[in-house]
Amino acid sequence: MAPFLLEPLLGKPLAYLIYLLIGFGFGTALEISGFASSPKLAGQFYFKDMTVLKVMFTGIIVAMVLIFWSSALGLLNYNLIWVNPTYLWPGIVGGLIMGAGFIIGGFCPGTSLVALATLKIDGFFFALGALTGIFFFGETVQYFDRFWHSSYMGRFTLPQLFGLPAGLVVFLIVLMALVMFWGADKLEQFFGGKPAPSRSTAIRTAAAGATLLAASVALMVYGQPTTAEKWAGMADEKEALLTERAVQIAPAELLDYIYNDKVIVKVIDVRDEANYNVFHIVGAESIPLADLSSAIPDMLTEPENTLFVAVSNDETLATDAWRTMAAESVPNVYILAGGINNWLDTFAGGKTPVALNSVTTGNEDLRYPFDAAVGAMHPAADPDPNALHLEYIPKVEMKLKQGPSGGGCG
Amino acid sequence: MTTLSPSQSLPADTAEQARSLGRTRRPYVNSYVGGTVLGIVLFLAFFITGNGLGASGGLNRFLVFFEDLIAPGHIDRTPYLIGMAGGNTNPLDDWIVFLTLGTVLGGFASGWFNGRLRIETGKGPNISNRTRWGMAFLGGILMGYGARMARGCTSGQALSGGAVLSVGSWAFMFAVFGGGYALAYFFRRFWN
Repeated sequence: MAPFLLEPLLGKPLAYLIYLLIGFGFGTALEISGFASSPKLAGQFYFKDMTVLKVMFTGIIVAMVLIFWSSALGLLNYNLIWVNPTYLWPGIVGGLIMGAGFIIGGFCPGTSLVALATLKIDGFFFALGALTGIFFFGETVQYFDRFWHSSYMGRFTLPQLFGLPAGLVVFLIVLMALVMFWGADKLEQFFGGKPAPSRSTAIRTAAAGATLLAASVALMVYGQPTTAEKWAGMADEKEALLTERAVQIAPAELLDYIYNDKVIVKVIDVRDEANYNVFHIVGAESIPLADLSSAIPDMLTEPENTLFVAVSNDETLATDAWRTMAAESVPNVYILAGGINNWLDTFAGGKTPVALNSVTTGNEDLRYPFDAAVGAMHPAADPDPNALHLEYIPKVEMKLKQGPSGGGCG
Repeated sequence: MTTLSPSQSLPADTAEQARSLGRTRRPYVNSYVGGTVLGIVLFLAFFITGNGLGASGGLNRFLVFFEDLIAPGHIDRTPYLIGMAGGNTNPLDDWIVFLTLGTVLGGFASGWFNGRLRIETGKGPNISNRTRWGMAFLGGILMGYGARMARGCTSGQALSGGAVLSVGSWAFMFAVFGGGYALAYFFRRFWN
């Protein structure tokens, strides 16, 4: 299923060649649309030439409908494509500065490259300015680093924001774009003195718009794959990992990773809040199973060296969580073998750890009585990794993230 | 050197002017056709690579490459730059660099094929070339600075993030258009 891991799959030279070809298509698309001409671009802001809006929004809705249809048909894994993480206020302030730069300079960085490539002198000066601006940013960002990292919302999408299905959001955006196109054509004719399109052009444009609208209605009806449907597609392969106990890691291995500086460990405690409050491993995040789905998008944006370990009192709940996370393509997910009970056997009970294949009893009750809810304020919540020298079969294999780790901005 | 004014993208003064490198200047394609081509390229980018399109990231890396030649010590002391070129990391060893190179090549090839490869300055009719160049440079500085602050430019954020429904990208897009429209009145002399 797309997208593909180009670099490991093809090697760097070939992968970079593909990027070169995609860039070639991008440059061509911009040039044939007239984006090398700054007066044409600036005309957008005087309603004389609405090319920017028309080309950009046509590009967005065409790509969007194709992306979500591919996802609906199971051809493309939406969770593995790069969705720009939201840093709301830096984005808005940066956007306003860019708006000013647009009306003053007449280009944006991409269009200035195309202008430069077609020998437009203003494009050359703009690109030179853009490099200068980027240089100033690199030199000054340290003075407002807090702001630059503020209002972080992670992989936050419009369907999440509005609580609507993706198909409906796609339909509404297509509808909005078509209304804007209709208005843009009228504005151009009024302010820019452009002639009304010929009858045949008008008919073709309307037909294209209607096709796109119909495709988005069909998408809305068809829907996006649910977690259960995604799981169904991979269940055979993944259930085998569970049966082989390839993904259940011993408490001692988890502890070693917690103290491994190269790996970020996210202990996902999927028990209810009461259990979490009674006792949990230090640094564990409480995400009750019912809330797991909403936490998935943020897991997708964690760095490549993140290890997720699902934890419950035994393994049943944690295994359900593992299935959900695997279905949603969260990388490097494991289960704490025997759960909190086994952890306490190992670090609080003084029992000799039993053989790894029999640590689970299937009973999700906490076997250890606590007088009070101690949370992580218990010696066993944060054991000294050097005190015990426990043997275990290492199972964690940190895999390269499947999706891209940065957008066109890295 | 000729100038392009907004209403007439094809100044048909002389036969010589209408030709560039022996090729006749063709008109731009219909905006919806251009947009559809753009959308298909964007979709293919996501489908094949999982990444969208971008431009400012590539420019950034070219810049850092030159900075690293001139002042490698400075790169290693600036947290923002270390990731791209700290130590022995080559800032050009990244997919976005090749995407950016491809963009320039694609623009060049299309410009040549369509007879639009010509040394000229695009500007409003009432300002000199020098003024236009100064404004382009100034606007470029703002664009470059803003693009890094917003973590992406019009293509990397608005276009790519917009198509995959990122909330931040849509907020950013409205901010860009908002900023442009808010100031358009004050700069009307430069474009009209």
